[in-house]
Amino acid sequence: MLRYTLRRLVLFVPVLVGVSLVSFGLLHLIPGDPATILAGVESRPEELQAVRHEFGLDLPLPVQYGRYVARALQGDLGISVHTREPVAATVVGRMRFSALLTVLSLTLAVVIGVSAGVLAALRHNSWLDSVIMLLALIGVSLPSFWLGLLLLLVFAGMLHVLPAGGSGGAQHLVLPVVVLGLAGAPVIARLTRAAMLEVLGQDYIRTLRAHGLPEVVVVCRHGLRNALNPVITVVGLQFGLLLAGAVIVETVFALPGIGRLMITAVFARDYPVIQGGMMLIAVAVVLVNLATDLTYAWVNPRIRGERA
Amino acid sequence: MVDGAEELEPVAIPIAAVQGEVWRRLRANPGAIVGLVIVLLYVAAALLASALAPYDPAEGDVLARLQAPSAQHLLGTDELGRDILSRLAYGARISLTIQAAAVVLALAIGVAWGLVAGYFGGWVDDLSMRLIDVQLAFPSILLAIAIVAVLGGGLPNVIAAVGIASVPQFARLVRGVVLELRKVEYVAAARALGESDLSVMVRYVLPGTLAPVIVLGSLRMATVLLAASGLNFLGLGVQPPSPEWGAMLSNARDYMFAAPHVTTAPGLAITLVAIGFNLLGDGLRDALDPRMRG
Repeated sequence: MLRYTLRRLVLFVPVLVGVSLVSFGLLHLIPGDPATILAGVESRPEELQAVRHEFGLDLPLPVQYGRYVARALQGDLGISVHTREPVAATVVGRMRFSALLTVLSLTLAVVIGVSAGVLAALRHNSWLDSVIMLLALIGVSLPSFWLGLLLLLVFAGMLHVLPAGGSGGAQHLVLPVVVLGLAGAPVIARLTRAAMLEVLGQDYIRTLRAHGLPEVVVVCRHGLRNALNPVITVVGLQFGLLLAGAVIVETVFALPGIGRLMITAVFARDYPVIQGGMMLIAVAVVLVNLATDLTYAWVNPRIRGERA
Repeated sequence: MVDGAEELEPVAIPIAAVQGEVWRRLRANPGAIVGLVIVLLYVAAALLASALAPYDPAEGDVLARLQAPSAQHLLGTDELGRDILSRLAYGARISLTIQAAAVVLALAIGVAWGLVAGYFGGWVDDLSMRLIDVQLAFPSILLAIAIVAVLGGGLPNVIAAVGIASVPQFARLVRGVVLELRKVEYVAAARALGESDLSVMVRYVLPGTLAPVIVLGSLRMATVLLAASGLNFLGLGVQPPSPEWGAMLSNARDYMFAAPHVTTAPGLAITLVAIGFNLLGDGLRDALDPRMRG
């Protein structure tokens, strides 16, 4: 396990380098002079010179990148050209909210997805199975921004039981978590169903049943435990996808997360914030994937030897 | 709206050998037929928008604003008195353009990438897979936001954004198939006979990737539609007054409490079309290879 962990950690480094290169390169990929982009088109030459100096744009590119990484490692992601506040503090603060939203939604997605998947597998080829799979199909095809608007319409507009947006209390999180949770559940349900069907078809399950073990013990202790292995991987991947989905949901419900911060930054052309936000989200996704792989290897010893 | 729902097993299938069989299996699958019908209706609506639409999609009637569905306006009118049905039909044109262009873009880059990585293996493969890892670290909508931040909004940039975000899926799938195909005898034989790498790749390996690529392509049509309409909803892509469905929903937000019908139609249209492509993709997967059945 230690060797496997070390090998995964080594593979993690080039991805981090890639991520930092992409977010660093963003500003330089935009056609035009980076100083003009940061300071605005109407800036005077001396203002441009000041910006160039402040952001180190007068240095050679490799040196700029080195400075960018060195500072990022110390938790300095530059200063917002819009609010003049440190980017790191802003993105980390907003990330806290988005991470909470994502974790709550992921929990809901796993609860719905796993139970629906198990139910469908246990009642394979029944009407219940068909209904669950139909709902899963609708779930993956439903745009979350539309589902969000519909729920707002019903619960805030017609029933007046939940707020129409903004943040504050737990009641502000109900609809966003439901929307994101429902977005994540179908994939988990489909996979759980497939994994469960495969496990339930195996000889040892038949043996256990033949031995007269109660169905609950067979399904939960012996079936589900083995079927959940592949589900772990998908739950890890879902974290990144739901974090991305949060961008849209935060906009629909006017929530103070990192997604809405990024959208606002794109409109304001606040590139340091876009760069910092991208870097933080990518690092979070990579870390969660790493944790997922390690968990998978931990519960599934066969993997440790094979996969690098 | 969650991306990456389509994890396909990389299985190579000789498609020419089974064409008649595939059509027979597809016809026997009610889900696939429903999907096919939805997709065909959608394509027809997009192509015939100018003939089908009862009104000009951009022309509003100030006296008929936010009207509920009626005999004159089957789906009602929006905040400027424009006919929603007509706007939906023209919107289909924009959505189909985005989908087709983005999927073709992703397919072209992704297939070439996966083909080269899987065929040559070694450090080429290692390097390309690490690059894919980097790209996958950025969730697709985030990548799309970054691309729009660099290039700006507008139709071509939305296509580039959602297209590039779909490249890793094709690259990974094709690489997996190619790794399998490299072991197959006829490929080994062609190499042993001294055919050039390019010729072996294009003539013997590429055809084997066709079936899984078709399946993924159909499923990606759904994902790309959701991603693109999401970007347009956020105001980062095609801008109102364009009748793009996501942009229509973004507009409708301000009026939805007063006139709920303005949000129903575009959202339902996106969902239905996504269901159509998902059903068709699932059906194609089952028809092309029963082994891939989930």
